[in-house]
Amino acid sequence: MSETLERYFVPEPSKFPIFGSVALLLFGTGAALWLNKVGAGPWLFFAGIAILIYMLFGWFGQVVRESQGGHYGKRVDVSFRWSMGWFIFSEVMFFAAFFGALFYVRVLALPWLSTGDNEAVLWQGFSGEWPSAGPRAHEAFTPMGAWGIPAINTLILLTSGVTLTWAHYGLLGGRRGQLKLGLFLTILLGAIFIGLQAYEYLHAYVDLNLRLDSGIYGSTFYLLTGFHGLHVTVGAIMLTVMLFRVFAGHFDAEHHFGFEAAAWYWHFVDVVWLFLFVVVYWL
Amino acid sequence: MTTLTHDPIDTASGHSHAHGPTGLMRWITTTNHKDIGTMYMIFSFIMFLSGGVMALTIRAELFQPGLQVVEPEFFNQLTTMHGLVMVFGAIMPAFVGFANWMVPLMIGASDMAFARMNNWSFWLLPPAAILLLGSFFVPGGATAAGWTLYAPLSVQMGMGMDLAIFAIHIMGISSIMGAINIVVTILNMRAPGMTMMKMPLFCWTWLITAYLLIAVMPVLAGAVTMILTDRHFGTSFFNAAGGGDPVMYQHIFWFFGHPEVYIMILPAFGIVSQIIPTFARKPLFGYASMVYATASIAILSFVVWAHHMFTTGMPAAGQLFFMYATMLIAVPTGVKVFNWVATMWRGSMTFESPMLWATGFIFVFTMGGFTGLICAIAPIDIQVQDTYYVVAHFHYVLVAGSLFALFAGAYYWLPKWTGHMPNEFLGKLHFWCSIVFFNITFFPMHFLGLAGMPRRIPDYALQFADFNALATIGAFGFGLSQLIFLVVVVKCVRGGEKAEAQSWEGAEGLEWTVPSPAPHHTFEDAPVFKG
Repeated sequence: MSETLERYFVPEPSKFPIFGSVALLLFGTGAALWLNKVGAGPWLFFAGIAILIYMLFGWFGQVVRESQGGHYGKRVDVSFRWSMGWFIFSEVMFFAAFFGALFYVRVLALPWLSTGDNEAVLWQGFSGEWPSAGPRAHEAFTPMGAWGIPAINTLILLTSGVTLTWAHYGLLGGRRGQLKLGLFLTILLGAIFIGLQAYEYLHAYVDLNLRLDSGIYGSTFYLLTGFHGLHVTVGAIMLTVMLFRVFAGHFDAEHHFGFEAAAWYWHFVDVVWLFLFVVVYWL
Repeated sequence: MTTLTHDPIDTASGHSHAHGPTGLMRWITTTNHKDIGTMYMIFSFIMFLSGGVMALTIRAELFQPGLQVVEPEFFNQLTTMHGLVMVFGAIMPAFVGFANWMVPLMIGASDMAFARMNNWSFWLLPPAAILLLGSFFVPGGATAAGWTLYAPLSVQMGMGMDLAIFAIHIMGISSIMGAINIVVTILNMRAPGMTMMKMPLFCWTWLITAYLLIAVMPVLAGAVTMILTDRHFGTSFFNAAGGGDPVMYQHIFWFFGHPEVYIMILPAFGIVSQIIPTFARKPLFGYASMVYATASIAILSFVVWAHHMFTTGMPAAGQLFFMYATMLIAVPTGVKVFNWVATMWRGSMTFESPMLWATGFIFVFTMGGFTGLICAIAPIDIQVQDTYYVVAHFHYVLVAGSLFALFAGAYYWLPKWTGHMPNEFLGKLHFWCSIVFFNITFFPMHFLGLAGMPRRIPDYALQFADFNALATIGAFGFGLSQLIFLVVVVKCVRGGEKAEAQSWEGAEGLEWTVPSPAPHHTFEDAPVFKG
């Protein structure tokens, strides 16, 4: 390190955090009330979401202005990179909890339920084979096959990773047209993915009788794919913001952390999907 | 709100804050790591007193056999909320407050890496506290499933459980953002010349703690989300009839929970490792081994979780693995204890209040460590599981460990925070009252547990009466003793002996090169560290 470091940018006092806190207070209170059928619940819940959206717009808007204003030097850029990496690590651990539940159930819980005393006394005749809705499943369901929409979705996400990288090379090489087209195609593929996923859920509910309450299969299927879909949506929103910023003339070959962060996030949801495809849909 | 800082801001540095908001808005909008650190500590002390009142109500009920003070349902809410409030409201935020105040000062950084996000990390805590404490007042009362929120109890609770789930989500967001901030600050903001292996040990322990937080808080979020969907959306994660398993909740929870207990003790190790060299007037013995021991504890903490579940059903091979892995943790922990003792060996020791607390910490924490080793032995644990022996064990490491180290650190750095030396007589009185009453409270619990008294039950068999009465007397003494600390802090903020930049004779490190109280802005231009 050199002896004279540039000064690190420390932002001015900000009103945005407290808006975020009030938003989450309303969101949490509202959700708890709503779930317990108290009248004010939905109002508080949506008020919280509205304030949260206002806060996100304001906060990220300010960050963009600070970035364009040249406040973020090399050291701040390094901080951003570290933090995005650690944030994605925390997301990995969040998914790990649900993958862990899936493995635990398939490898340990169901075999235990269908052998020994459990089989002899409690749950007679329960085979415990995956896919299973448990020994007291009330309605039959058809599990989701891997080689229809899920396989197409896999191709779509893999392709979107390629288009995004192509856009990135466009940015690095100063080819703005390539950047815009690549980014647009990525978002388009993401939107198609979400659309197909929504269609798949509809198909599952209507034709397969595969529902959220279809025992442990439905639980793990919908929470894993649902949280993944939510992350794809967030990633697509991030990429859309980046596309608007590209049209506004932001980013050059040196300064484009915002773009890279969104790209990292997109690749992360891509990788999660590959695991999902293998262990939720295929095996 | 301003009690702790005593306007340390402008007198020393000449910085004008005319441009920033004043009054309450200053605290709500601040991006200053010292302001935020102060708010963390005030918040955690308020939560400490709330959790303490719950504990004293529990002890009042247990003063005599039979039911006198509270209804059993409310008793269960109290044990649950006491745990949640102390873990998530008191101990964790207090350590984050220390990190906020001290890490930038110790590494020569101008502030935390993300000063604005730092503000949000703090200001998410009051909403979480409102949700958590407010749940006492909803129909059915607060959650009474125990602080571990085991399924199926937690799936069956009333609305208080939902509020607790959302409170945990919000605290989790706060913890993850705070932890990322600390990791990035330590990795990226060190002054020139301060290599990783020259960092103060407090920064090392917090770096590793923050890593643990980022790794396991999302897992807790996943666990309580599954409870939420099991409760309201028909999923069957913890329902055997649907193919799930309630024991699975325990696995997921303790995969978070065991690293969590190290989250609450590693920064304590860091604080003690700062204080003992100062008052022994010797460098820390075995610095590198301290770093490696901390890292080893963190890594091992991911593979020991099921020692909390020896009686809930597990193959014998699993029990053996988790038993041996757990006992392995005694090795790096022992390295630490021996290093502290070796630092004191032939040192020119004096026992001002911080040192007294740190020494007391080593003694009492080590006792808690030993009972941990005993609990780790699966055949013994089958006897003591869910008894007062376990209660004694974890209060020895959490109260006499984490909390005593927090007090040690508070007395140590109060001069830097307020510009005044803490009152030595009151500090010592606080220490001696605390350690005596602490042992009166919790030592008898070992005997109660070995004799079979179950935890979390408002009534007990007649033969346990004497020790319980003794523990209750100790608990009220301990609770009242903590008011001494409040007096010390208030006195220290308002006046007292002026503190020098290097407030303690043997104190070393960058934080002692800035004036006391530390000016509002420090190290705007990075110092050059020669260590």
